Amino acid sequence: MTRFSAWSVFRNGLKGQRDWDRQWRDPEPRHEYDIVIVGGGLHGLATAYYLAKNHGLKNIAVVEKGWLGGGNGGRNTTIVRSNYFMPGNRQFYEHSLELWEDLSHELNYNVMFSQRSHISLLHSPAAMDAAARRYNTMRLTGSDGEIWDLNTLKANVPHLNYSADARFPIIGAAVQKRAGTARHDAVAWGYARAADSLGVDILQNCEVTGTTREDGRITALETSRGTIRAKKVGFAVAGNTTRLWQMAGFSTLPIESHKLQAFVSEPLKPLLDQVVVFGVGGAHFYISQSDKGGMVFGGDIDWYKSYAQRGNLPIVQDVAECAVSILPCLGRVRLLRHWSGVMDMSMDGSPFICKTPLSNLYLNAGWNYGGFKASPASGWYFADLIANDRPHQHIEHFTLDRFDRGINIDERGAGPDPKLHG
Amino acid sequence: MIRINCPFCGERDHSEFSYGGDGSIVYPSLDAPAEEWSAAVFQRENIRGMQTESWQHVNGCRQWLLVERDTMTHEIQSVRAAHDGVGKVLEKGQ
Repeated sequence: MTRFSAWSVFRNGLKGQRDWDRQWRDPEPRHEYDIVIVGGGLHGLATAYYLAKNHGLKNIAVVEKGWLGGGNGGRNTTIVRSNYFMPGNRQFYEHSLELWEDLSHELNYNVMFSQRSHISLLHSPAAMDAAARRYNTMRLTGSDGEIWDLNTLKANVPHLNYSADARFPIIGAAVQKRAGTARHDAVAWGYARAADSLGVDILQNCEVTGTTREDGRITALETSRGTIRAKKVGFAVAGNTTRLWQMAGFSTLPIESHKLQAFVSEPLKPLLDQVVVFGVGGAHFYISQSDKGGMVFGGDIDWYKSYAQRGNLPIVQDVAECAVSILPCLGRVRLLRHWSGVMDMSMDGSPFICKTPLSNLYLNAGWNYGGFKASPASGWYFADLIANDRPHQHIEHFTLDRFDRGINIDERGAGPDPKLHG
Repeated sequence: MIRINCPFCGERDHSEFSYGGDGSIVYPSLDAPAEEWSAAVFQRENIRGMQTESWQHVNGCRQWLLVERDTMTHEIQSVRAAHDGVGKVLEKGQ
């Protein structure tokens, strides 16, 4: 595999880009691996990479039923931030943001991470106070955060709807400047290429259809490409976690599958330099502009449980209403595409990276809306868990039994209703 | 748009309704062990396929309904009143 460098990019530019190697191999499945990660999305690929890189492990495979990043890895609005508050979440997402900051160099692959600021609009003195508490906590724990008054906000993002007659007039904003966006496909490809170069077998079109269990262990996975024996197995298939969980012989999880839509408009000239979030009353809306010029945005989930990767029209209308109420200049912009992904919505809005009742099975699940930003740290800590067979202290509460023990990590304070954890 | 045939109001868009969740859950008695309550409140089968779920017709008759719906295709197999008594009154046409 050729390493990317300024020179190799320049040389191939002169040769019509015909001189690049394959970026990763397409191997036949072996009969047995030391570790098999199910799910070739961002979390699974990152896990395989860090298993090989941080822990020096060999003989690892990632099995993916479709193509790399074809699930939620390619169905998100690409926002990266660490403005989390709850103990556990705070350290975890901050570590993830730190990994993002060096990811392109780490992977030798340009993930186009752009720290363009994440701006949460605020609409009441109470919201300003709550944001000050959250963002102070972030600063006290080594992150960055600012509260902007209205004049600072207007100077930075001039074309929002600042009308005093708006249903929810804007009075300020909470800002994390180190937050931003990244190119989601590149993250999947970058991790795949880096993991492959360390010897990880990436097996696409390889759907798990069943498991073989003996003495409290998983011994083999039945797949569409044959039986694969494994010494350790990690599940990282958010959206379809329960189905795989049931194939492993279990029944229930504190997870429901819901679908979340995302939208991209026709390309526009540079309009919005930051990620802007509008969330007040019944509104929930987040928007940024891609490097190609498309406005990338999204809103709430579809409000009922579903495994269908297609969205409903009432949410399209909700999101469009939010868009024009906060950025009226988008009123005549045409929608180019919209899509939907299936989310693991957990009972408290926080994830699971934990051991399971089967001694060699490990679970990575429950990412709600927030899986994209989490993927580097998710892989980092999941690899650590699998390699050392014990949770790192930063993920010690990302367990399935936290609900039994009354230590839910409910960042939003929404209670045990999965559809409310946006 | 899912169309739900409300037994009281007729077929309406799902946007008139509010989604309740898994309608097959039976809550344990108040003095049941904490594990049973934890399971009822937090644990879900998360069926891909036909499941019974509750919806409330908030912008109509405000009745709670039990809907059998396929969570993959969104096809609805049956709709009935969630409360037996209300259902029986309806059947008798009283």
